[in-house]
Amino acid sequence: MIRALGWVLRRDLLLVFRRRGDVVNALVFFVIVVSLFPLGVGAEASQLRNMAPGVLWVAALLACMLSLARLFAPDHQDGTLEQMLLAGEPLVILVMGKVIAHWLVSGLPLVLMAPLLGLQFDLPGDALAVLCVSLLIGTPVLSLIGAVGAALTLGVRGSGALVALLVLPLYVPVLIFGAGSVGATAAGTGAEAHLLLLGGFLALALVLAPWASAAALRIAME
Amino acid sequence: MLEARHLECTRGERRLFRDLSFKLGGGQLLRVAGANGSGKTSLLRIMCGLLAPSAGELRWRGRPIRAEREEYSRNLVFIGHLNALKDDLTALENLQVTAALGGMPADAERMLAALDRFGVAHCAELPTKILSQGQRRRVALARLALSPAVPLWILDEPFSALDVGAVSELERLLAAHIASGGMVVLTTHQEVQVVAHAVLRIDLDVHTAALLAA
Repeated sequence: MIRALGWVLRRDLLLVFRRRGDVVNALVFFVIVVSLFPLGVGAEASQLRNMAPGVLWVAALLACMLSLARLFAPDHQDGTLEQMLLAGEPLVILVMGKVIAHWLVSGLPLVLMAPLLGLQFDLPGDALAVLCVSLLIGTPVLSLIGAVGAALTLGVRGSGALVALLVLPLYVPVLIFGAGSVGATAAGTGAEAHLLLLGGFLALALVLAPWASAAALRIAME
Repeated sequence: MLEARHLECTRGERRLFRDLSFKLGGGQLLRVAGANGSGKTSLLRIMCGLLAPSAGELRWRGRPIRAEREEYSRNLVFIGHLNALKDDLTALENLQVTAALGGMPADAERMLAALDRFGVAHCAELPTKILSQGQRRRVALARLALSPAVPLWILDEPFSALDVGAVSELERLLAAHIASGGMVVLTTHQEVQVVAHAVLRIDLDVHTAALLAA
């Protein structure tokens, strides 16, 4: 089972490596959106500090959502998804492999980029650290929930808008507690409660999302 | 042993076939015939477990196939009309991934031998997007050369886009599989030159016509 997961992960990462443009897109989007805010809003430090957590989190969320369309659709088109359904390994495991690949490609780079972008907003050191931790816990949840949305809308025309509609309500709690954790640090109340809740979301999504995606994929293939 | 009992398939508003029953045993080849749109591909997808029949059921060794999906999947190779190849991966990488997902060892030597049987070993290191349609089909079919021990082969139009040499190679492979007690289900528009103990044939047009007359 682990071997099959490893092969799916390896295949998806290899595909991304051969088509680097797609990955760079999400990251460039994230960097551009976040960098435009200080230019548009003005350079008053206290104002920037206040809005930084929200801006960074919203941009990360949208960047993650942009790449969802490519999660299952290419596999659906070339028939490899059919073969995954007939693989003789639990589909849940293979879906997990794809979600991990998605996070490594579209979530992790945002986490690594965030401290640098946070500097533009004059965030203090401890807030930057909390921002990174919150993104580190939160972005896998975005990938997991996104996988369910992508699987449910597979093969549907105009699936891009539909995914947003399905997935955004589920993203909102992650956004609130993710951005809230950074805000709480800045306000001096401590971010533990927010981060623990984010951890709870991650645990819940890890348990439920792969199963839901696998079931949705089977329905989509009928 | 694959047994179908009173299968019925409805797509949208249209009923493609109904009350279709057959038994397929070791060493037999089943050829599904019928006009375009008569439900050949749907029948094959039902046999794989990708599609649920609207009525009836399929049993593999006496057990319903949808009850033990993974177990059944390990006993079958399905090659659909899509080649299931990733454009950006090389032929070798594509074959390795499919083999690994099918639970087979994925060492490069076995893969190259399989590609060589279909005369595409020289393309092993090329990305499949630059291969011709026929070459891609050959790479997809090379999976069969890796899977002599998998009892059930389900092939949707395996001969499409192949040249004469590849057709005869595939026929040899099918004959060897059947001779060793395997089972083959295929759809094709050309006559197959495979010597099987029994070539079963389902013609979906004739089947539907017979039901209508009855």
